[in-house]
Amino acid sequence: MNAPVISVKNLGKCYRLGSSTGHDTLRDHLTHTARSIARLFSRSSSASTNVEDNTPTEYWALKEVAFDVQQGDVVGIIGRNGAGKSTLLKILSQITDPTEGEVQMRGRVASLLEVGTGFHPELSGRENIFLNGAILGMTQREIKRKFDEIVEFAEVEKFLDTPVKHYSSGMYVRLAFAVAAHLEPEILIVDEVLAVGDAQFQKKCIGKMQDVARSDGRTILFVSHNMTAVKTLCTQAVLLEKGRVTHAGSVNEVVNTYLHKSSANELERNFDLWENAPGTLQVRLKSLKVIPELKNGMLQATVRTPIRIECELWTHFTEANLNLSMFLNDIGGECIFNTSSTAHAVSNGICKFTCFIPGDLLNDAIYTISVLVVRDRSVPLYNFKDAVTFELLDERKNKAWHGKWPGAVRPHLDWKFEQQCSTHP
Amino acid sequence: MSHTNTERVLRPSKGLMSLNLGELWRFRELLGLLAWRDILIRYKQTYLGVAWAVLQPVLTMVIFSVIFGRLAKFESWGAPYAILTLAALLPWQFFANALSESSNSLVASARLISKVYFPRLIIPISAVLSGVLDALIATSILLILMPFYGVAFHPQLLLLPLFFLVAFLPAFAAGVWFSALNVKYRDVRYIVPFIVRIGLYVTPVGFLWQTLLPEKWRLLFHLNPLVGAIDGFRWCVLGEKFTPWWPGFYMSIGITLSVLFTGLIYFRQVEKTFADVI
Repeated sequence: MNAPVISVKNLGKCYRLGSSTGHDTLRDHLTHTARSIARLFSRSSSASTNVEDNTPTEYWALKEVAFDVQQGDVVGIIGRNGAGKSTLLKILSQITDPTEGEVQMRGRVASLLEVGTGFHPELSGRENIFLNGAILGMTQREIKRKFDEIVEFAEVEKFLDTPVKHYSSGMYVRLAFAVAAHLEPEILIVDEVLAVGDAQFQKKCIGKMQDVARSDGRTILFVSHNMTAVKTLCTQAVLLEKGRVTHAGSVNEVVNTYLHKSSANELERNFDLWENAPGTLQVRLKSLKVIPELKNGMLQATVRTPIRIECELWTHFTEANLNLSMFLNDIGGECIFNTSSTAHAVSNGICKFTCFIPGDLLNDAIYTISVLVVRDRSVPLYNFKDAVTFELLDERKNKAWHGKWPGAVRPHLDWKFEQQCSTHP
Repeated sequence: MSHTNTERVLRPSKGLMSLNLGELWRFRELLGLLAWRDILIRYKQTYLGVAWAVLQPVLTMVIFSVIFGRLAKFESWGAPYAILTLAALLPWQFFANALSESSNSLVASARLISKVYFPRLIIPISAVLSGVLDALIATSILLILMPFYGVAFHPQLLLLPLFFLVAFLPAFAAGVWFSALNVKYRDVRYIVPFIVRIGLYVTPVGFLWQTLLPEKWRLLFHLNPLVGAIDGFRWCVLGEKFTPWWPGFYMSIGITLSVLFTGLIYFRQVEKTFADVI
């Protein structure tokens, strides 16, 4: 066997949390320094001034990660939210440094962590193609050569000289993906770019990526929450759990292991400290809970059980209008529905959004919930993916049918029957 | 794909890294495109467009020559006050714009930095370069106005690009420092406008420092790297009488280069963590 194209050895990435990230202004830094100096002079009180060191200061997003990728492999990297997938891609794309270990790569690398990176709304489609192509690593000559192809793939001929801020979101994404799809690296690193766009567009993207993979033995690393896409596209897979590789091998094996593992109910996620909570500087997730309204004697939720989803957020705004958008996904990562709350004004504090899912709506299956915090009804602030998982059991009464009910949902709808005529005339 | 070696190893970075100018050279196309983008964007959605590149220096020139030349009656060694001021405004405005643009450039490109790899240094460089067009426009105005005021073209006028470089260096040096510091300490956002505002008073844009400054302060005054650039410009435009004070000139270039060099080292050291901090 040839030497691997990508060889990851003992890779680790450590983020510092708590006190050390607090020094965002010079003043913080100066007061910290002053305090350290003061501490030198008054040793007796040193124990009491050490409060800030109690918070956890290190977080290993990746630890002892090792795997090899052979030329021509299409490798899916899967794992729950926070398992370290994005960090791994960032290291492989050279965006951030590993804390320990090393990666060896043989071949020209292009990474696609987002479609439309560097697109500028004021520039025209034509200008953005050149800019975005250069950002992704194409030479001007390459872009000129492929320009017509890109425009054709994106279906935007008529709007080439219109600023992209006037594009519909569909056109924007198509153009952005078209540029990326015409990269010709030996190693392509792709993050969840398929999460954007409609179903038809996603199919087109997967088709294009399959073409890329099959021709000339390109190597692709692909991260996705969508297990269907991973199974379609990849030959191999790596499963990350809490920053470590727990399984690696053929795609079916690893995906099945993952699906099996994640089928366990995880009805609650709690983050007691602002410092550890996922989110941005302004809004973080405090808790997300799935609360089935169980009737007396019942132990687990069924398809008939109404369910309450409660989401608590820490907010840190002077003033902002927030609403919560909730995605209910099946275990394969397909979205069953998306529902959005009304917008509410918040400032500093904790707020709670509650969503009520009626009984007799969902099928017996395992579901995951993602929540997206949105500002001013249009600006997505933070997307917390697959935060909780729950399973609904089957419950039937007076039914003779015992097979699995087909369909993504299983609503209990009103029916009416009328006997129009009792006997044939 | 020109930017990635066929084989490479990613490791934790330790100690001083080389400046890796070869890599910077490989990304020259992206550098040019980013500068071109900044120029395009600057004048989009403005009514007057590129006319601003003409209006800004001309209006400032008029105001300064009225206040300092007519009202305060500062000495101009026989040169027309408008030209005296405009020759100084060129390097000053180039410096001030380049400094403001570049110090904010990394933070403004946060999204790019967290999604794509390229040598981060090209962001502040392209921000400085995007001001070159404005500077060229202003220079052509100067060349057009010179005959109107009866100022002859001197042979040393050909050295003008060299003195643009003298104005470019401190802008670039400060831009490298401030853009990198700005990633971690947003205080820079307040420091830079302050420097630009105060700088206009301690830089001899509207006056001749030679006629106002006691000789014992001369060396200290030349710590301001713009003094050399402005003196150079006036010398090129107005002739021998305005020859710079060379010892101070060389000193300020030496200081600028050392600030630039330490800035580059600092930048290379922290650039690997930009994506984590920004």
